Amino acid sequence: MTYTIRRIVLLVVTLTLVSLITFSVFQVIPGDPIRIMLGPDADEEQVATLEKQLGLDKPLYMQYAQWIGGVAKGDFGQSIRFSKPVSELIVDRLPVTISLALMSVIIVAIIAIPLGVFMAKRQNKPSDVVFSSLTQVGMAIPSFWLGMLLILYLGMTIKFFSISGYVPWSISVKGALGSLLLPAITIAIPQIAVMFRYVRNTVIEQLQLDYVRTIRSKGITEKYVLFKHVLRNSMIPVLTVFGLIFAEVVAGTIIVEQVFGLPGIGRLLISSIGSRDFPLVQGIIMYITVVVVLVNFFVDILYSILDPRIRMT
Amino acid sequence: MKSLLKRGKNINLIIGLLILSTFLIMMLMSFFYTPHDVNAMNIANKIKAPNSVHWFGTDEFGRDIFSRIMQGTRTAFFIGTVAVTIGITLGTLIGGVAGYVGGWLDEIIMRIMDALMAFPGIILALMLIAVFGPGMVNTSIALGLMSIPGIARIARSGFIQHKEFEYVLSSKLIGVKPFKIMFQHILPNVSSPLIVAASINFAAAMLAEAGLSYLGLGVQPPDPSWGRMLRDSQSYLATAPWYTFAPGIAITFMVLGFYMLSNAIRDITDPRSN
Repeated sequence: MTYTIRRIVLLVVTLTLVSLITFSVFQVIPGDPIRIMLGPDADEEQVATLEKQLGLDKPLYMQYAQWIGGVAKGDFGQSIRFSKPVSELIVDRLPVTISLALMSVIIVAIIAIPLGVFMAKRQNKPSDVVFSSLTQVGMAIPSFWLGMLLILYLGMTIKFFSISGYVPWSISVKGALGSLLLPAITIAIPQIAVMFRYVRNTVIEQLQLDYVRTIRSKGITEKYVLFKHVLRNSMIPVLTVFGLIFAEVVAGTIIVEQVFGLPGIGRLLISSIGSRDFPLVQGIIMYITVVVVLVNFFVDILYSILDPRIRMT
Repeated sequence: MKSLLKRGKNINLIIGLLILSTFLIMMLMSFFYTPHDVNAMNIANKIKAPNSVHWFGTDEFGRDIFSRIMQGTRTAFFIGTVAVTIGITLGTLIGGVAGYVGGWLDEIIMRIMDALMAFPGIILALMLIAVFGPGMVNTSIALGLMSIPGIARIARSGFIQHKEFEYVLSSKLIGVKPFKIMFQHILPNVSSPLIVAASINFAAAMLAEAGLSYLGLGVQPPDPSWGRMLRDSQSYLATAPWYTFAPGIAITFMVLGFYMLSNAIRDITDPRSN
């Protein structure tokens, strides 16, 4: 229990610092942010109205308190460009980004884990060496270029895939899969490389432990040793990597949504940076980061439940 | 250097250095000679497939892609160098002080570093660029700042380990100043993982720069950038698919070169890693 409490305290500290950093960065916008947002033609009255609307006439600590109080309630501020609450804009685009992120994580899991176990048994054999070098290339290819290559070789030749735009699940499941599968694969490939290496190395480490020798000496078949004992024990450390993979996948959606023209949160973020809609930029960044921090928190808690040794330390 | 050569079998080292020195030569050459003028536009000659005059073809303004790839190495090395210099200098300083001093100072510093690391991927850089604007210098500073927490963690663990060693304790006893102990005595002993981190961060900065430039938020024209070239090439994916390959392969190889180099350095400096 003390572990959980300690982890919760850490979560609160991290979230507070994340919010302070996000808030502070937007305080140092060079020049007058109001005039940047309104453009050169704005008159004094417009400036004063927007300043009041954003609460910029109040002292800094009050502005922060107001902002963070809103964030805690799910109110991330008001977009200038859309004249709509940031949270509403995020919710509109959430299905795209969530579908994309989940699909990517699932693809990573179903490919990297079996492959990692498989290659661990073939350590230093030609197939392992070749594949391990391939993962290095997989990590070096920029994801957006990978996306373009997939568009070129799969999207343009196979009718099932759409190469731009999004079809909601409610309209057509096939259409949604067609519009999300290539971007999901694009995001997944570098993460498969990372995950594969981690699984492979964990399984290799596990195979050298005493308990494996003991169960082997009982005459249990190698397949059983691997899948019943080693895989289970390897999955616990692998779980922690999922928190990191999730963060990378979420970051990946930002660029890959651009490549495939998907109307997700990442696309909203990039367009709002372009239009200098600072409250929207700030809101989206805060939202994405909070989600990633929370997911990592739950992964850690789950980890401590699965592996009681963690709670002891 | 001798120990490096002795491990000539290290395939990562050979290929990594081969790739990087090729790019380095291309960069140095680009200051004196490019096959064509990098910015010379020739609309009549736009989007031409690779041929004997334009080895990698021409872009939508009729500019020679090979020459622009050559000059793009400057941007890549510039961004990588600035980002890594900022990251390594500040990261080592912050992590070193946290680890060596310890106590509440360590606690505060590391919580801030954790919070900075909580921003996923390029989000932190995007935030800085949203506020300070895009461009080559801002991008490299943003990417440098983004790499500080990771490097600080690595530096900190080295300093924590070494501050209990006898050579440090005896230096303290004879009254050597803390700053001198930290950076003249401890730092050389904990530098290997930092050098590996520098090499990885070089690769990461280049990937991130390519991504930002692809989004239109990194390097701005007329500065040549491979990421920007990829962005431009996407409109011609159906009609001129070859356009996308030169910048894409250039980025991949450059990043791969630094990854291989970092693997090689780790294998050489840390015998346990194998």
